[in-house]
Amino acid sequence: MTVATGAELEDRVAVASNWKLVWWRFRRHHLAMASAGLLILLYLIVLFPSFFSTQDPERTDARQAFIPVQSIHLFADGKWAPWVPAIVGKRNPTTLRMEWTADTKKKVPVHFLGAGPQWRVFGLIPTDVHLVAAADPNQRIFLLGSDRLGRDQWSRIMHGTQTSMTVGLVAVALSVILGVVLGGISGYVGGKTDQVIQRIIELLQSVPTIPIWLALSAALPRDWTPTQVFFAITVILSLVGWTTLGREVRGRFLALREEDFVLAARLAGCSRMRIILRHMVPTFVSHIIATSSLAIPVMIINETSLSFLGLGIRPPAISWGVLLQEAQNIQTLALAPWLLIPGLVVIVSVLAFNLVGDGLRDAADPYSH
Amino acid sequence: MSEPLLSVRHLRVSFTMDEGLVRAVDGTSFDVQPGQVLGVVGESGCGKSVTMRAILQLVEKPGRITSGSIRFRRRDSAESIDLAQLAPRGAEMRDIRGAEIALIPQEPMAAFSPVHTVGDQIIEAILLHGHRWREKGRKLTRADARDITVGLFRDVGISMPEQRVDAYSWQLSGGLRQRAMIAMALSCKPRLLIADEPTTAIDVTTQAQVLALLRDLQARYDTAIIFITHDLGVIAQMASYVVVMYLGRVMEEGPVDEIFHAPKHPYTRALLRSIPSLYGATRVALPVISGALPHPFNRPPGCPFHPRCPDAMPHCSAAVPSLQPVGTTQLASCFLHHDIADPS
Amino acid sequence: MSDALLEVRGLQKFFPITHGFFQRVVGHVRAVDGVDFTLKEGETLGLVGESGCGKTTASRCILRAIDPTGGKILYRTKSGKVVDLATLPQGALLPLRAEIQMIFQDPFGSLNPRMTLLDNVGEPLLVNGMKNRRERADRVAELLRLVGLRPEFMHRFPHAFSGGQRQRIGIARALATNPRLVVADEPVSALDVSIQAQVLNLLLELQAKFKLTFLFVAHDLSVVRHISDRIAVMYVGQLVELAPTGEIFRQPQHPYTAALMRAVPAADPRVRTADGILGGEVPSPAAPPSGCYFHPRCRHATERCRTEAPALREVAPGHFSRCHFAGEMKF
Repeated sequence: MTVATGAELEDRVAVASNWKLVWWRFRRHHLAMASAGLLILLYLIVLFPSFFSTQDPERTDARQAFIPVQSIHLFADGKWAPWVPAIVGKRNPTTLRMEWTADTKKKVPVHFLGAGPQWRVFGLIPTDVHLVAAADPNQRIFLLGSDRLGRDQWSRIMHGTQTSMTVGLVAVALSVILGVVLGGISGYVGGKTDQVIQRIIELLQSVPTIPIWLALSAALPRDWTPTQVFFAITVILSLVGWTTLGREVRGRFLALREEDFVLAARLAGCSRMRIILRHMVPTFVSHIIATSSLAIPVMIINETSLSFLGLGIRPPAISWGVLLQEAQNIQTLALAPWLLIPGLVVIVSVLAFNLVGDGLRDAADPYSH
Repeated sequence: MSEPLLSVRHLRVSFTMDEGLVRAVDGTSFDVQPGQVLGVVGESGCGKSVTMRAILQLVEKPGRITSGSIRFRRRDSAESIDLAQLAPRGAEMRDIRGAEIALIPQEPMAAFSPVHTVGDQIIEAILLHGHRWREKGRKLTRADARDITVGLFRDVGISMPEQRVDAYSWQLSGGLRQRAMIAMALSCKPRLLIADEPTTAIDVTTQAQVLALLRDLQARYDTAIIFITHDLGVIAQMASYVVVMYLGRVMEEGPVDEIFHAPKHPYTRALLRSIPSLYGATRVALPVISGALPHPFNRPPGCPFHPRCPDAMPHCSAAVPSLQPVGTTQLASCFLHHDIADPS
Repeated sequence: MSDALLEVRGLQKFFPITHGFFQRVVGHVRAVDGVDFTLKEGETLGLVGESGCGKTTASRCILRAIDPTGGKILYRTKSGKVVDLATLPQGALLPLRAEIQMIFQDPFGSLNPRMTLLDNVGEPLLVNGMKNRRERADRVAELLRLVGLRPEFMHRFPHAFSGGQRQRIGIARALATNPRLVVADEPVSALDVSIQAQVLNLLLELQAKFKLTFLFVAHDLSVVRHISDRIAVMYVGQLVELAPTGEIFRQPQHPYTAALMRAVPAADPRVRTADGILGGEVPSPAAPPSGCYFHPRCRHATERCRTEAPALREVAPGHFSRCHFAGEMKF
């Protein structure tokens, strides 16, 4: 950053809106910036999961079960020529199980941005470009191994990302709406309305969440389509999760109600709605965003846990929790430890959200400056 | 003149912020004699509070003392030590804090812990510096400390002291809280009391009571007081010697009568003229100091006051005037009175 | 009501003290317990008192920021009609808001930090019908110039300005709708000494230019003396003395006023503050003393003071005092 003169610096800061100031403060948080970059990448995957996959995540082949990770090598004989080792299978005569070994001498060439199975951008425009694809379209490559039904885990993780990240986002969005509206009414109107809403919040918060989820999702009809189940789970998660935000918003409203500039707006003749929307809400929007971004990882973990237990998103829909179901027994784990990789993805994304949320909260916090 | 109790020379305290370096104190020098009431007056940003924190080595990151000395003559010691060189959390500094130099902070509510009774906090201080109260050989017990505290409360004029000792700070009114704060500051019989705007947050009638109390205690215990305030009336009534600060430097210092009736520095003169008094004409425009306080990152070169000074000369923006004697009893940093610049 | 702009009669504001789960009302904090005064157009009335005296609560009642418990606040509108602000319904109150404005004490809390100066100062204009953005910008530029700030600043945010400048912005906002009555609630208390003078001068200048009427609430006697035509002194929710400025300082007719003046430290080391420091504490407005509220601290108190509450009476033309012995002795 070039060194500005004292006066220039003063001018630039003077016309900076709150969002700009928050951005400048956030930018200094290197860890948060890196995490934000990672999240952008993850949401790109959410938008174009098929681009990032190598093949159809549903394609099964019992003969290709439990294939280990085929790692990408970028150089062959010193030249840029990405390849993966071929997998050679041998059936063990004693256990009758297929044993796979990677044969590094047999190279299977892959292309970046190569041609693969057809897919549609946003369900509309057909294309066949994939990030990574085998040179020979009939070759199946398993960048992160395959599961018990011979499905490619890399592609399944990509599609699972789409589901898990979306559920987290939508559930939090719903919570925010519920929390801001109910918390706002509670804080601004006060009196009996406030008392009633507060008691409801306390009731919801004192009920243990896991049993509630289990009960609600077990009550979902078995014949619902995966999409319906998806939305139902999202709604269930947000119905219980809005309470913390509601309380915070109420607190902010109570504090803001006493501020001089709110009184000045009243004395100018502003209507109540205008005071709430134009004067009070903008003052804590940045804080709400920070709190929400810290709530998303909680939702992700909740969904993952539910699905892991078989009570959330159900197969054939794919989410990280569904993928982790495959890793539920020790035998499978011993044979195919790469089936735990979805867990790693959960950890990384939750960590990224937390770091970004921390960074945002510190940047938006008016009291630390 | 006897040896000064406290001698600050060329003190510099800087804060390293992301946007740049803020020189909160930029070369301050003054002396405090034993038993003297020194008034430090200045507006926001002049560095008076930071100077006091530096004396007590309470300057927090990102601030630190970058240069200068703070020589203090300890009790039972012929030699003075430089407080700026002591480790802020070291044993010697902790020994000095409370027992030799005490602070009355601006906000008594903030200075007391809300979860301990005021008595508890004072007893803690007394026990910590037990040697100040101890009679030959006998160790100070908690009961002794409590008795001392009740006596202190009586001294500072708190009614029903035995009950008040068990009160929490938020149960007391503003005036009582401030008295309790004074009791706490005096609990270990310090030689120097630093009062940082002790009456700013209280009513004028309570202020009169507190000022009378401080005058009385000062005479009785012969404690030196550094009295920081922006209220010139309080300075006139309390201090015998005045230091005027602006933007981290001392502009002028001298006996209180000279400062009020024969000010030498343009800033002091302008300040005295601009305050409404109870005796001047009403509803007429007050003579003002033009301009505004500069942004901390935008310090003016040369003399810090020159952009707003009615008597500024071209030389004032080129060099920083150092604090030099003017007349027999005053000191001023102004090129109107001398030519000596600060070598910086 | 004669030609006065504002006449306050018997203003009262009590806050209930509740106790227990069912919020039973067990008592009242008598924040304002009897305030009477008149304000003529173009004059400045200084309302002084120490913390807890009720001056801020009284001023907020007049603005109808809070609703008074009792009393009348008679206001003569621009059209000449006299209305009682205390009981006016919200609908009728709204159009009058443009005529009565407020300047706040805290320069850091009185401006919306998320809105530019244009939005902050222009808000009263927008709400009162000036929908055209161009027109608003012109008016805001004019207002900023009036208070001594550069019009280009209107695109800046409050955090870019110092306390004194923010106070000027607050004054610009208060003047936006051409008010007739301005309530200034400690407008210079939070400012540095050298800036106080600038803002006081500005207020005097604007008053002369626009024939404004000020209700100047403050605790600093020297400041109030400098700017007021008349001064009203409050103690524990009651008005105890009201008189022209010069007279109240020369011959206070209430022991509390006299004590207040004695307590102000003179900015002159040769003038030692007079003896007779007021002892005791300010009583709680939830449990005021019997009779005259000041009697426990008054050195002239008699048995009558303990039993009989004095009424506010005129002891000299235009000079009112709430003391049994007003006009009889020197305080």
